[in-house]
Amino acid sequence: MQALTLKNLTKTYPNGVKALKGIDLEVEAGDFYALLGPNGAGKTTAIGIVCSLVNKTGGTVEIFGHSIDSDLAAAKACLGLVPQEINLNLFDSVLNIVVNQAGYYGISRHMALQRAEQYLNELRLWDKRFEIARTLSGGMKRRLMIARALIHEPRLLILDEPTAGVDIEIRRSMWEYLARINAAGTTIILTTHYLEEAETLCRNVAIIDGGQIIENARMSTVLRKLQREVFVLTLRDPCIAAPDLGDFESRLLDEGELEVAVDAGQDLNQLFAVLSAQNIAVVSLRNKANRLEELFIGMVERKQAQAVGAGV
Amino acid sequence: MPGFDVNIPLNLIAVKTIMRKEVLRVLRIWIQTIVPPAITMTLYFIIFGNLIGRRVGSMDGYDYMQYIAPGLIMMSVITNSYGNVVSSFFGAKFGRHIEEMIVSPMSNAAIIVGHVAGGVMRGIFVGILVTVIALGFTQLEVQHPFITMSMVLLSSIVFALAGFINAVFARKFDDISIVPTFVLTPLTYLGGVFYSISMLPDFWQKVSLANPILYMVNAFRYGILGTSDISIGYAYLIVGIFVVGLFTASLMLLNRGIGIRE
Repeated sequence: MQALTLKNLTKTYPNGVKALKGIDLEVEAGDFYALLGPNGAGKTTAIGIVCSLVNKTGGTVEIFGHSIDSDLAAAKACLGLVPQEINLNLFDSVLNIVVNQAGYYGISRHMALQRAEQYLNELRLWDKRFEIARTLSGGMKRRLMIARALIHEPRLLILDEPTAGVDIEIRRSMWEYLARINAAGTTIILTTHYLEEAETLCRNVAIIDGGQIIENARMSTVLRKLQREVFVLTLRDPCIAAPDLGDFESRLLDEGELEVAVDAGQDLNQLFAVLSAQNIAVVSLRNKANRLEELFIGMVERKQAQAVGAGV
Repeated sequence: MPGFDVNIPLNLIAVKTIMRKEVLRVLRIWIQTIVPPAITMTLYFIIFGNLIGRRVGSMDGYDYMQYIAPGLIMMSVITNSYGNVVSSFFGAKFGRHIEEMIVSPMSNAAIIVGHVAGGVMRGIFVGILVTVIALGFTQLEVQHPFITMSMVLLSSIVFALAGFINAVFARKFDDISIVPTFVLTPLTYLGGVFYSISMLPDFWQKVSLANPILYMVNAFRYGILGTSDISIGYAYLIVGIFVVGLFTASLMLLNRGIGIRE
C-alpha cells in the first residue's frame, strides 16, 4: 500500500517560476522517508500541494489511495502536517490549540481532551497546557505543532524541518519520539537541513533540486554512492610531519590529528594496514563531515555543473 | 466539490469548534469587543437622543430617542458581526493558523458557517447589550417579534459574510479597516438610522433605496415600532438575496483558494 503517490506533479507560480517540473514519487505505508534538497528546490511546494495549502498546476496526488482531486476530505483525514514555520494561534492556550485541531477533524471534545492529555504528556507539554502559545520557547512551539498534527492520529505525518532552531537535546528527544511513532505504524515524510537527522531516522530518501527529483532510493543505497569519505584519526603519539600513506591522501591537522581521505574502492582495513606498517597507532576515528551531506552537496554540484555545461 | 463534502457529523463538530473558539476569543478580548460598542452607543443615546433629540421633536410620530434606538441597535449588530469575522479570519490568515483548518477534512462551507456564526453571536450579544442601554433612555415595546428577530439575524449574517469576504481579500491590516471606514460607516449613517428618508428630496430618496442597510434598519424598526419607510416584503427579499449571494461568493473564493492558498 502506498501512503503517498505523486505522479507528474507540476507547479508554476503566477510569476512564471516553475517550482515543480513533473515529480513522481511513491512512499510506502510505514516508511520513514526523507525529502531533501537545497532552499528553493521545491520541497515545501510539494508538501504544500499534498496538504492543500498550494494549488497544483498539473499531475495527481493520492494519499492512501484517496485522490486530492476527487476524494479530498478522505485524503486530508489521513494526513498530519508539521509545517516549517510556526503557525500556531499564539494567543490561544496549548490545550485549546490541540483540542480545536481535533474538532476540525470531527473528533468529539471528550475524546479530544483524552488524546490531548496523552500527546501533550508524551511531548512533555502537559504542564504547560494552560499557557498561552506565545509564551512557549521555540522548542516547545515545535513540539506543540507535533502534538497538534498527531491529535487526529494521522496515518501519514509530514514534517517540514521540524527541528529547525531546536537545541541538540530536544532535537534528539524529538528523533526518539518520531522513531517511536513510526515504529507504531505512522508513515513519516521528513524534510530537513540536518542531514544527520535524515541519515539517522529515514530508510528511504529522495533528493529534489530545481523542481526535479535527482535521486530516489534506499538511504543505504544512496550512501553507497559516496565516492569519498574523509576521516579524522586521533593518534596515540604526536606526529611532526604528515606520514606517507601511499594511495591514501592525508594531511596533518595538528600533531595529534590526521585527516585521511578514503576513496571508493579503498577500505579502512587497507588504511589501518598502512598505518600499522608505519607504527602509527590510532586511538579513535570519526567522519569529518556527515556522509549524507557530502553526497548531497556532490549531487547538487554535479547537477548544477551539468546545467551550466548544457547552457541552461 | 470541496465545499459540498457530506460528512455531516464531522462538519457539525468542526463548526461547533469554530463557534466555541470565536466565543472564547470575544470574551478573552472583551475590552476590545464588548466595551467599545457599549460606550459608543451610550454616547449616541446621550448626545443624539437626549440632548439633540429633545430639540428635533418627533419623527414618524415617535420620540426621536425611540425612533433612533432600533437603528442604533441594528448599527451595532452590523458593525460587530462584520468586525468579528473580518478581524478573526484575517488574524488567522496573518498568523497562518488558518492552515489548521485548510489542511483538515472540514468542508469550506463549514469554515464559512463557523466564522459567520461566531460573527452573528457577537453581533447579537452586542445588540442585546445596546438594547439594554437603550431601555435606560427610552421605552421600546416590540410590535412584531418575528420580524424583529429574523431581521436582526439575517442582517447579522449578511455582514458577517461581507466581513468574511473582506478578510479573504485582505493582505494587510489596513485592508480590513478600509471597507468599514469608507463603505460600511457611510452606508450605515445614510441608511436611515437617524432620519426617515421621507425627509429627503425625491432624488436622494431614490438614491437611498440602493443602500441595503436602509432595508435592514427600516424592517427592524418596523418590528419594534411598527413604522417603516419601505416595504417589509421587499426588505426580506433584498436581505435574502444578499445572504445567498454573499455565501455563494464566499464559498467560491474558498474553493478556488483565493487569498488562502498560493
